[in-house]
Amino acid sequence: MTQQIILYPLLLQLLLAILLMFFWNKIKAQRVISMVGSAIHLVVSIVVFAYIWNNGTQTLQAGSWEAPFGITFIADTFAITMVLLTSIAGFAVSVFSAGSVISGRLKFGYFPIYHFLLLGLTGAFLTGDIFNLYVWFEIIIISSFVLITIGGEKAQLEGAVKYFTLNFLASMIFLTAIAVLYGLTGSLNMADLANKVAAVENRALVEITAILFLIGFGIKSALFPLYYWLPASYHTPPSAVSAIFGGLLTKVGVYALIRVFTLIFVEDVFLDQILLVLAIFTLFSGALGALVQNNIRKIFSYLIISHIGYMIIGLGMYTEVAIAGGVFYLIHDIMIKTNLFMVSGLIYRIKGSNSMRALGGFYANYPKLSLLIFIPLFSLIGIPPLSGFWPKISLITATFNSESYWSLAAIIFASFLTLVVIAKLWAEVFWKDAQEIPERPRFRYFHKVKNIKRVEMVVPIIFLSLVTLYIGFGAEHVQTLSARIASELMDSQQYIDAVLNNSQITE
Amino acid sequence: MKTLILKTASAYLLPVLLVFSVFILLRGHYLPGGGFVGGLIAAIAFVLHAFANGLKNTKGLLQFHPGFLMPVGLGLAFLSGLAPVLGFDDPFMTGLWLPYDVPVLGSVGSALFFDIGVYFVVIGVTLTIIFTISESA
Repeated sequence: MTQQIILYPLLLQLLLAILLMFFWNKIKAQRVISMVGSAIHLVVSIVVFAYIWNNGTQTLQAGSWEAPFGITFIADTFAITMVLLTSIAGFAVSVFSAGSVISGRLKFGYFPIYHFLLLGLTGAFLTGDIFNLYVWFEIIIISSFVLITIGGEKAQLEGAVKYFTLNFLASMIFLTAIAVLYGLTGSLNMADLANKVAAVENRALVEITAILFLIGFGIKSALFPLYYWLPASYHTPPSAVSAIFGGLLTKVGVYALIRVFTLIFVEDVFLDQILLVLAIFTLFSGALGALVQNNIRKIFSYLIISHIGYMIIGLGMYTEVAIAGGVFYLIHDIMIKTNLFMVSGLIYRIKGSNSMRALGGFYANYPKLSLLIFIPLFSLIGIPPLSGFWPKISLITATFNSESYWSLAAIIFASFLTLVVIAKLWAEVFWKDAQEIPERPRFRYFHKVKNIKRVEMVVPIIFLSLVTLYIGFGAEHVQTLSARIASELMDSQQYIDAVLNNSQITE
Repeated sequence: MKTLILKTASAYLLPVLLVFSVFILLRGHYLPGGGFVGGLIAAIAFVLHAFANGLKNTKGLLQFHPGFLMPVGLGLAFLSGLAPVLGFDDPFMTGLWLPYDVPVLGSVGSALFFDIGVYFVVIGVTLTIIFTISESA
């Protein structure tokens, strides 16, 4: 059974989704199953993570079909870390959904679809087959289309159309890239591809395929100049949905980029330059976009884009230190962005508005909550002991080592812009005098709902803030983890051996 | 559509089409067919019945909401994948086969149950979509 352990998080999500479908009309039961199930999933992921940490990379050939032919599942440290982060964010958002999403939305199958989304994410992280990766991406986007449109408000549908169009285009480009790659090498297994792509003589076609992958994943991870669907859509669905989208959906694109460009298309200076330039522009354009927005959730949407740049800069410099920094930033960012969208949801429930100008007096009225929200907001900027600070050290060290001073300037300038944006937000929402916001009839205000709902809304924020504090104050552990991930990524031979040799043993 | 010919024919067509869909489902492992096509044919049988006799009668015939077939089918497919994990410690989705042939069905294995799962999901999805559209139309 031990060899199968890597598939347990995936199977558990599938089981949860199916179980929830049996309770289609019973929303109360769904809430409980989803919360308990996500908690179990969290525990299982921790166990699997500990197992991989102690025993190294594990592989599993689904259906016992051997490696280059069947579908391989592989859990190296990077994949299993992402699965663990998915389960942490998944648990928090599951509880937050139970508290904040109105039952009018829940009755259209919110929770089953939500767990299908988590299933897709877990699968995308664990798979070792590039076509299977595409299939998991499809599961993710189909579930996300449903989640983004549930409720059917006008603004929501408008956002969903933009989201749908661009993501669909990205999937098509991704599929085309896979087709070209398959035509070149006759293989879909990523480890096998790594060997075969290196041997292809038509380098120009390989380069074009790499660019196709870059465009496909670039749209999904909201890279410059393909990011405009994100701020147009992420503020429209309920904040619980935005939280899981903001935390994980763009990051799965980043994960795929890192995976593909460290395993299959390696040693390509031209591509690294492109990645660096794109990352620098992403950092600037996201931060500048955030500067002019008034809606809190739009600000956070633009900040997602901006901070994707940090991870891609790490990939673009392509040294071990830089990738470690990028991966550390990825870990930090998933927790923070999930938390921030939940915070925006909480503010919305308390005041009935997300407009920065209309809000105010939060610190005077809710001092404890304000202190809680302080943690994710200032971790995002990277005030020293908090979590955003540590990955930037690795990244800045790496820019000095590879003498790319433009990247250095971009990293520092984007951090500075983030500081300005968050300081402005803090001054407007928390310190400014309270404004009169006309009371909305039939709106479920925070002070009107039952105690249990309030707990369900605040506890996930506390939970994720604690995780963030751990990333900040236990940075040494996370740094060890990301250094190990980076060394595994740079030494792709280890990954290839794990997939291909393993199958020879089972013969 | 209220025509006597269609109404009379549909009473005979429904069981024939259902049997045919099961036939297509069973032959699908090595030959063209399988759970997906079989499920579509079974769904067509009910849609034809609904055309001839009205949606209400077809729903009465089914007795439960077709959407219920979705989790049932998914669960069946999931269990067929899980069986090798639980029973034999083989990787997920490994095919398990009975050592002897079953009369009529031929060789029976976990793949058959996966296909039956697909069959139910397809019926459930198709009928839910078509019933919802014809209700709101």
